[in-house]
Amino acid sequence: MLSRTADNLYWIARYMERAETMARLLEVGSRISLLPSVHGYRSEWDSLLQASGTAIGFDKKYGEAVQRNIESYLFFDHDNPSSVASCIVSARENARIVRTALTTQVWDALNTAFQELRQLERTPRSQLELSRLTEWTMRHAAMVRGAIDATLLRNDGYDFLNLGYYLERSDNTARLMDVKYYVLLPRVEFVGSGLDNYQWTTLLRAMSSHRAFHWAYGGEVTARKIADFLILNPQCPRSLITCVEGITGHLARLERLYKRSSPAQGKAQALHDGLNRVTVEDIFDEGLHEFLTRFILDVAALGGMVHENYLSGDLR
Amino acid sequence: MTTYFNEMFDAGKVRAPYARLEDWTKAMPAELREMKQAEAEALFRRIGITFAVYGEGGDPDRLIPFDMFPRVFTALEWARLERGIKQRAKALNAFLVDVYGRGEIVRAGRIPGRLVYQNAAFEKAVVGFIPPKGVYSHIVGIDLVRTGPDDFFVLEDNCRTPSGVSYMLENREIMMRMFPDLFRENRIEPVDSYPEKLRRTLASVAPAKCHHEPTVVILTPGHFNSAYYEHSFLADLMGVELVEGQDLFVEGEFVWMRTTEGPKRVDVIYRRIDDAYIDPLCFRPDSMLGIPGLMDVYRSGGVSICSAPGAGVADDKAVYTYVPDMIRFYLGEEPILKNVPTWQCAKGDDCKYVLEHLGELVVKEVHGSGGYGMLVGPKSTKEQIEAFRARVVADPSNYIAQPTLALSTTPTFVDEGIAPRHVDLRPYCLVGERVELVPGGLTRVALKEGSLVVNSSQGGGVKDTWVLAE
Repeated sequence: MLSRTADNLYWIARYMERAETMARLLEVGSRISLLPSVHGYRSEWDSLLQASGTAIGFDKKYGEAVQRNIESYLFFDHDNPSSVASCIVSARENARIVRTALTTQVWDALNTAFQELRQLERTPRSQLELSRLTEWTMRHAAMVRGAIDATLLRNDGYDFLNLGYYLERSDNTARLMDVKYYVLLPRVEFVGSGLDNYQWTTLLRAMSSHRAFHWAYGGEVTARKIADFLILNPQCPRSLITCVEGITGHLARLERLYKRSSPAQGKAQALHDGLNRVTVEDIFDEGLHEFLTRFILDVAALGGMVHENYLSGDLR
Repeated sequence: MTTYFNEMFDAGKVRAPYARLEDWTKAMPAELREMKQAEAEALFRRIGITFAVYGEGGDPDRLIPFDMFPRVFTALEWARLERGIKQRAKALNAFLVDVYGRGEIVRAGRIPGRLVYQNAAFEKAVVGFIPPKGVYSHIVGIDLVRTGPDDFFVLEDNCRTPSGVSYMLENREIMMRMFPDLFRENRIEPVDSYPEKLRRTLASVAPAKCHHEPTVVILTPGHFNSAYYEHSFLADLMGVELVEGQDLFVEGEFVWMRTTEGPKRVDVIYRRIDDAYIDPLCFRPDSMLGIPGLMDVYRSGGVSICSAPGAGVADDKAVYTYVPDMIRFYLGEEPILKNVPTWQCAKGDDCKYVLEHLGELVVKEVHGSGGYGMLVGPKSTKEQIEAFRARVVADPSNYIAQPTLALSTTPTFVDEGIAPRHVDLRPYCLVGERVELVPGGLTRVALKEGSLVVNSSQGGGVKDTWVLAE
């Protein structure tokens, strides 16, 4: 397949997953902000911008981190390349370029999201509850994902789409967990308190994993259990290990198809081995934030290698 | 008052090809029609066929209006058109091989050398090169208008990369989906073999150095191009890659495309990019769309380019006047399709006549297209005519003029019901090992009452075009 086509497919997936994460982040933020404010906290909304990597752009444009501005910036703002609107426009544009590599159903799902977004942008903001916006985003992300799974040919294009999904998701799960770090940064004594657990629970809700977590673990919600669930549990659809397994799996499929392996495969395998060896205790010993930061960098490096090995067209 | 030939009603009677359509329209109440029209529009939008108009801004996802009232030809009418179109396509290609070779037609004094060799579209870079199978123009789009039951005129030839064929195919697809009964009642020749025929045509002109099943690609300027939908549509139906310049590179004697598995050789390029942009080393050095070195590979028989660089010299509006002479010269036949009488402002006498009769004529730029830069005398105001006069006087050789033709009309759905609107026709003739065309084409319709300009950029729409089986 053309390298550029593979690249477009890969970015369709990355943008759709990122749109969903932005919506989830907004939900986490709004839920955390419903808590009574305690002196000494950094602004919860600010932490959200930090975690999504959009703080600098926001600061330039809006200054004060109040909910309405954050909603604008993370959902509607086309100046923010990671906003839900930007992501959906980009995903649809990438899809338009590779229409021939998609089924009608997949194109339909992406195009419908785009057309509805246009309508949302024309709707007065007073009529748009945040919860409606986040639900809308997740619904369309799910429809695209569903169309891909139900109708797309399982060829190399399918692998590049999934590589995009898993790479983006692993990065995003790590970032969502990191929100917790930013919220609690100055007050270590809150760790393990009731407030702390409430925030962890909120995080689970935002990942639509609240029920799943209880089925998997039961009992008290603790930071350790949640970290185990979101990092090391292969049953959790968004956990880091699930994502990395997905990446190694699709790279292995490409190896069989192309009859050649790639450096990206080695890197993915190393990441997978690392997650298999580590325990939740090790993670907390290192520091959750430090662990996540390292992981995010590793995933970025892996993304760079996938680009170099398959998508850039420089392969000889 | 000019009377226009109405293709459905002749002297108050329904003409044979439209016989069954009369009942169809009678049986369709206004509400149903509106519903169907909305359904058609939704289908077009969902498929993603949209059309961006250069220089107009506005909605980049604009649709070309689709009129559900089909335009119909009988088998007999079509047989004659087909012969005429093929004849023209053959002569145009013979002309191209000739003018890049010995130039016999010029030596014989049948066409002025100045018109050919000083033409902006004449490509010095391909002089002396004969493309595979002697074909320069592989897809010839011939724009036709009708003025009477048996009177067809060629308005212009498109030898480079005529667009619009996706509409021919999609219009049919949508009509069949919405009105299956119509297709049961009328025996309509199918057009859906076009993509396969196009692929065969392209494969049949594989370059000299290709000894395997040729790899065909479509080269597009990119997704911002207004015809991008058509490029991806054809690539999809032919099962070939749709590439941009950046996806291709030259190495050794061949052209390669960048794939996830490494370089893959490309043998035939159906390009939808103008000559000037295809190779920055040979043509415009600032082109970002092209492939450096492509022309060297082309001239050494490593790749075929369709249409071949230089084909544009045959569809120039000044050269157009000589196509009937080409047919006689190369084929020894009389032209089946008529040319519209044309005045060339480059000639003193012609120019004088044109300037005296601006109010009656259609004046066009020699290199213009898309309905831009033209004057329709009878439909223009005094000020518009005077403004145009100044442009012609300033640069006479840039203009030609033709009489305002009494374009035929076909019934068209309008707000008030059904009314006659002017139409033209663009069939697509394929030239490779064989010369063939599918029974149909793109009918464009001027939706504004009285308007004679059918270009989509000027408020034109499209119709499904039927050829009835015998």
